[in-house]
Amino acid sequence: MTETVVAIGTRKGLWIARSTDRREWALEGPHFLMSEVASVAVDTREGRSTVLAGVKSWHWGPTVQVSSDGGRTWTESAERALSFPSDTDTALERVWQLTPDPNDADVVWAGVEPHALFRSTDRGENYELVRGLWDHPHRPSWEPGFGGGAVHTIVPEPGEPEHLLVAMSAGGVYRSEDGGQTWAASNPGIRAYFMPDNEYPDHGQCVHKVARGQADGALYAQNHKGVYRSDDNGRTWDSIAEGLPTDFGFTILAHPRRPGVVWNVPVQDDGERIPPGAQLQVQRSDDGGAHWRMQADGLPADSYTCVLRDAASLDEADPVGVYLGTRNGDVFASVDEGESFTRIATQLPDVLVVRAAQLA
Amino acid sequence: MPSAPVRVILPGMLRDLVGGVAEIEVESPSDSQTVAELLDRAFSEHRVLDGKVRDERGQIRRHVKVFVNGEDATRGEGVAAPVPAGARVHIINAVSGG
Repeated sequence: MTETVVAIGTRKGLWIARSTDRREWALEGPHFLMSEVASVAVDTREGRSTVLAGVKSWHWGPTVQVSSDGGRTWTESAERALSFPSDTDTALERVWQLTPDPNDADVVWAGVEPHALFRSTDRGENYELVRGLWDHPHRPSWEPGFGGGAVHTIVPEPGEPEHLLVAMSAGGVYRSEDGGQTWAASNPGIRAYFMPDNEYPDHGQCVHKVARGQADGALYAQNHKGVYRSDDNGRTWDSIAEGLPTDFGFTILAHPRRPGVVWNVPVQDDGERIPPGAQLQVQRSDDGGAHWRMQADGLPADSYTCVLRDAASLDEADPVGVYLGTRNGDVFASVDEGESFTRIATQLPDVLVVRAAQLA
Repeated sequence: MPSAPVRVILPGMLRDLVGGVAEIEVESPSDSQTVAELLDRAFSEHRVLDGKVRDERGQIRRHVKVFVNGEDATRGEGVAAPVPAGARVHIINAVSGG
């Protein structure tokens, strides 16, 4: 029987919600109590039920934990699973992103703080630094965002194993077409309003999240002020913010099968990180960002919380499930593509990451 | 004549990772070794501990303390601090967090 799992990484541990019908949920956890879980990947490639978690103990440092039974039991490599080579004189701060590669079932990418990309060829157990990005001449100019300086977004391209896009705050979008050996900034059209002299620099943009619409390959980007679409794999970007209540936010999601269907979670402003009008909501577009409408049925009003960049996820069921985790420890689920939401967890620590998937 | 071994006492939070081991006895090659050398020897059979106590540069993690005979080595010379033969070395999770 298919089971839907929603992995919920928080400031103080990992919880997993499970359901066989997406209506009745059993919440399990905490795993790694008192450790921060900033990244999770549910790897269902080749029928697996693997869950990877980027876990950081404030005492004992960061690591990657691996579960091969859908998040019930966990192991970590006795040697450091992910660490910087000695010649970099750098220590890992946090694993911000774990992304299974759709083109190679053994490859998992990891985006970390400080700004760096790692690659695993053993399904996420051990990782090696991607030197091409680490050695990029722009690296000294990459600034930390408020949450830290990290590669927080990794977007592979199905069918093009040599193509990879990463995003970082604040550095912008970078693309590789040779499997990560060389990288080029790719931010044409993305505004960096905070730059005093040139609002459209080559790099330095504060990209918060990029999502790929799997049906048509369109990319969608939520920026620190600005929402964009790219129809050429991130080479150029066009604003799709018109019609949204605000262009600020952290996360963006794209439908796995229906072209043009995209959600973002608007935040009132960078100086007011609350839902617009204190109504927690998602904004949905069915036409690639040309028009937007609010979906808020079941989401609270008088809400002063926030949904962070990785705290939203889709599953791949039909209809698609939409999941949101908030900084005040609620998790909401929609099984009708955002038309209505129910609360499936509450009173958790602040939610950093949500990842949903169907396990066989 | 062999030097007296050093006793490395683990905090409760790390003991579960190594099957409940609470203390590791480390032979001293001479009358003194550094904290770094001591930890290399102490963790040679308990590799998972190394990544918990030290970062990949070999530095003691920010919220971990290493006391050598009651003195906080992390306030002084750090991993270069001397550890005399027969010392008692406590690894402690610092009182911090929220």
